[in-house]
Amino acid sequence: MRVLVCVKRVVDSSSEVVLTEDGQAVDGRYAGFTMSAHEECAVELAVQVAAATGGTATVLTLGDADAVEQLRAALAVGCTEAVHVVADGSTFGPADVAREIAAVAGDFDLVLLGNDAADSGDFQVGIRLAYELGRPVVNGVTNVSVDGDVVTASGAGTDGHETYRVPLPAVVTVLEGGVEPRYPTVPGRMKAKKVPIDERPPVAEPVGPSRVRLLLPPPAPSNVQVLGKGADAAPAVVDLLEQLGVLAR
Amino acid sequence: MILVLVETSPAGEAVEVSREALTFARTLSAEGGGVPVDAVLVGEPSADLAATLAAYGVRSVHALTGEAFASYSGAAWASGVQSVRGSSVVVLAAGTPRGNEVMAHVAAREGVAMAANVLSFSGLAPFVVTRQVVGGAALEEMRLSDRPAVFTVAGHAVEAAPAEVPGAGEVVVHAPAVAAADLVARVVSSEEPEPDLSGTLKSARVVVGAGRGAGSAEGFAELVELTELVGGSLGVSRVVTSLGWRPHHEQVGQTGSRISPELYIPCGISGAIQHWAGCSTAKNILAINTDPDAPMVTKATYAVIGDLHEVVPAINAEIRRRRA
Repeated sequence: MRVLVCVKRVVDSSSEVVLTEDGQAVDGRYAGFTMSAHEECAVELAVQVAAATGGTATVLTLGDADAVEQLRAALAVGCTEAVHVVADGSTFGPADVAREIAAVAGDFDLVLLGNDAADSGDFQVGIRLAYELGRPVVNGVTNVSVDGDVVTASGAGTDGHETYRVPLPAVVTVLEGGVEPRYPTVPGRMKAKKVPIDERPPVAEPVGPSRVRLLLPPPAPSNVQVLGKGADAAPAVVDLLEQLGVLAR
Repeated sequence: MILVLVETSPAGEAVEVSREALTFARTLSAEGGGVPVDAVLVGEPSADLAATLAAYGVRSVHALTGEAFASYSGAAWASGVQSVRGSSVVVLAAGTPRGNEVMAHVAAREGVAMAANVLSFSGLAPFVVTRQVVGGAALEEMRLSDRPAVFTVAGHAVEAAPAEVPGAGEVVVHAPAVAAADLVARVVSSEEPEPDLSGTLKSARVVVGAGRGAGSAEGFAELVELTELVGGSLGVSRVVTSLGWRPHHEQVGQTGSRISPELYIPCGISGAIQHWAGCSTAKNILAINTDPDAPMVTKATYAVIGDLHEVVPAINAEIRRRRA
């Protein structure tokens, strides 16, 4: 079977975020970039499902020329084909992105995405994609396996560990935590460099993300009260625990 | 009207974040000249729940019943929400996994935009909301011009508070027809979570946090002891789970649990945005760190400057001494 996994080049949120002057995007000159954590797990699941079913895993991204780095990262860990919709992703809203993925996803049995992107945090692209394709969608799971023409997906839900069984073709959005993304091997990286990337233009003009502007939250003034240094601070800490009434007796 | 999706706990009570969403809806209603606020939920509410919703200013409580709602399906819930939404100008939910999922379904089906994790709104014409992006490292002002305006309210963006004037809280039971296609992806089985999974982490009064400073998988003994002494839960940063020192369900942060304990004690955690996103709503933070300039220290309420491997055993000893 054919699995498509969608990834997005996002700013690494462990580094400080700087915005562009027009407030429309994060300034990439000062940022590190990565793939969303949920998508690293989606890639791992795509590769596992492809291996288990004797199928293939294809990675897709929508982004500028630099986003090829994230495609290569997915190719290095087991995806064998890559599609790059070349566009300025910051001008695409979630409905636009879903439409672009749908234009590629028609031939695939299973489409995996992250539950939400680490940057825009829209929580909706996978669901919109499912409606574009007229396919069922399971959201926010950590484990995915395929048996015949049924996908079983499960994860920690509101009512405990929840399991879904859905006929293919289907869309599944993934959360971090169920699988350990494998590290790329050196031969994997070498091979990834040689895979031709299927570059395509977007199929439609984007409507846009309805963004007025981005802002940085005001830095909170530091009001920290230092209780002491090293082991000598222990009595002051326990005084505090008692004062807050959190010390179980 | 403004329609709020309310989620209930296993005990049948409105969860706190849903009561926050109702409080947010009421503020919006007041700004909009007193548009009525209705609630929609799955299952028939108890008299207590209906009374709570009335206290939060709800006019009508729309209860979705029938086989289609016997087990969870995001599409079926969205279909149910649509069936009662009437001429709602706003449909909203709490920014929980289900809240975000159901609102995304509603928005996709209605062909409108959806804003996730809204903190506030700054105008009605045009309707502009401010929401969390990049895990809370940045905010986005977003225009919601479509009607209904569909969004979710970030957890703890507002404090849940009953209304000054209660609503009627009249319960209206619905059993809407749900299309077969909306029931294809539904929960077929759910198992009780294991007792020490993130459920206790999210509800703990005290959380002891540990980051890279723990040093190794073996470096957690004194932290686990402190956790037990304070009757709390252990929470860890992403690096700790990435290194395989602790299981993922203990992770606090953007891709882990979001916690709001009375006291959070992050030990050896620098306070990267990814982690801060999960703990920023703790009522008090006591940071233990060797670096007085670490973001976690400067953002904390209290701090001890020092190596957690010296400070934590001393705290444990002091607690035991006072109990003796």
